[in-house]
Amino acid sequence: MQYEIIIAGFGGQGVLSAGRLLVYAGMLEGKHVSWLPSYGPEMRGGTANCHVIISDEEVGSPILNFADIAICMNLPSFDKFETFVRDDGFILCDTSMVSSEKISETKRKVYGIDATTKAIELGNKAFANIFIIGKLLQITKILRPESIEKALYDVLPEKKHYLIPIEMEALKMGLSN
Amino acid sequence: MSEKVLMKGNDVIAEACIRAGCLHYFGYPITPQTEISHYLAKRLPELGGTFLQAESEIAAINMVYGASAVGARVMTSSSSPGISLKQEGFSYIAGAELPAVVIDVVRCGPGLGGILPGQCDYFQVTKGGGHGDYRNIVLAPNSVQELYELTVESFNLADKYRMLCMVMADGSMGQMMEAVQFKDKEDITVYDKPWATNGMGNRGHSNFITSVNVNPDELEKTNLRLQAKYRLVEKNEIRYEEINCENADIIVVSYGTTSRIIKNVIKKAKKIGINVGLFRPITLWPYPYEALAKHTDKVKAFLSVELSAGQMIEDVRLAVNGKSNCYFYGRMGGHIPAQQELLDEIIRILKKEDK
Repeated sequence: MQYEIIIAGFGGQGVLSAGRLLVYAGMLEGKHVSWLPSYGPEMRGGTANCHVIISDEEVGSPILNFADIAICMNLPSFDKFETFVRDDGFILCDTSMVSSEKISETKRKVYGIDATTKAIELGNKAFANIFIIGKLLQITKILRPESIEKALYDVLPEKKHYLIPIEMEALKMGLSN
Repeated sequence: MSEKVLMKGNDVIAEACIRAGCLHYFGYPITPQTEISHYLAKRLPELGGTFLQAESEIAAINMVYGASAVGARVMTSSSSPGISLKQEGFSYIAGAELPAVVIDVVRCGPGLGGILPGQCDYFQVTKGGGHGDYRNIVLAPNSVQELYELTVESFNLADKYRMLCMVMADGSMGQMMEAVQFKDKEDITVYDKPWATNGMGNRGHSNFITSVNVNPDELEKTNLRLQAKYRLVEKNEIRYEEINCENADIIVVSYGTTSRIIKNVIKKAKKIGINVGLFRPITLWPYPYEALAKHTDKVKAFLSVELSAGQMIEDVRLAVNGKSNCYFYGRMGGHIPAQQELLDEIIRILKKEDK
């Protein structure tokens, strides 16, 4: 099985770190992974993104032309990457940032979670990406929540480890949403 | 072997530099390889080494010349326009027979071009943008793991032959993260450097390093010695990878990032009954001419796929020597060919060849 995922949003929404977290957790589960950030002009205009591959087999090209899943954390990313998703794939979006009218217009399958709103309720909008990851895990069972927890400990600097219990709470809320 | 870690290609290059025992780095920042400088700026002073951000690429490569002349393992890194600036230094390093490692994380040109990935430096790294009859060893990794292994190896090769060894990656390889597994102990060969200008000591004579020699007989002799060395490199150091080349209808020749796309294309093609082979040169110089030539009788055609307007295709043609048709497919400006795009091209070529 191979999942090809694009994660996109404004700079600061944690789209690159969400991708890093997924591939790190994937590596911990013994899967083949790659992560490629956008570093060119697309960083501007709210569509900062990363290409993420999590696979049972060796990863060929790390560069995606299409994705199974597009995680859109804002409207410009939804507009841009809606057609990037294969017909049998789906879009996962932050419904705090993408309106339901917009979502109803697409032919693609869409899952939503009001990640930013929920993150603010939890005390910090920076948790939005963890809600999204929780929802992704709920839909796909792509990785185990324990792997995400372990990845958080490895990826975050030690001074931020005190946040991990809250992040795990956000993850579980995403999982059961 | 240690545990797998997830790292960015550029960070891995920097870590490999340290692991290879190179504690001296001179460079000038340029996207998409600046993380190499970040990493080394932090680590090298901690290890008692030298990190120096020079005033320009030209200054940096001449600092490399100086450090190498006193016997140190030394590296610089840059991206395409910066590599163009360093070319004069490469020629001097070749003339003075100094070992050094240069990393080129290629972006797209010409001119200042763009910061997205390209392979359009093939000519300037393999054929030399500098003057004179010289060669550089050029290694072309296609994964973060290989970036690590080949960067370490490049220091051994540079010291072994007293010449410049380059690692050519493209922007996406520098920027991407993959799992990498470092060795517990690096395979480092330490070479004596009795030629180094590091103080006379008990040697009884002073060493002198230069590339200038106005005596035609002596300069020709130097050139012949260099050429003999290059023939030795051609004999010993050619590396390549072949995938599915036996019974292939068509062989795609590709290196770096594009070779990974071909691996996907091979699987796609198999589903519709087409046998695609991948021939991946790992050394771009010395080029694996003979190994590639062995396939000329068995396949219908060769296709060189590059992120350029067609540069390596010239070496493919030299290898094939007119015995098969050679085609080219490339993208420029930072575009990367899609799997389907390449498969369509392969189908088009095979239809043409079957006529």
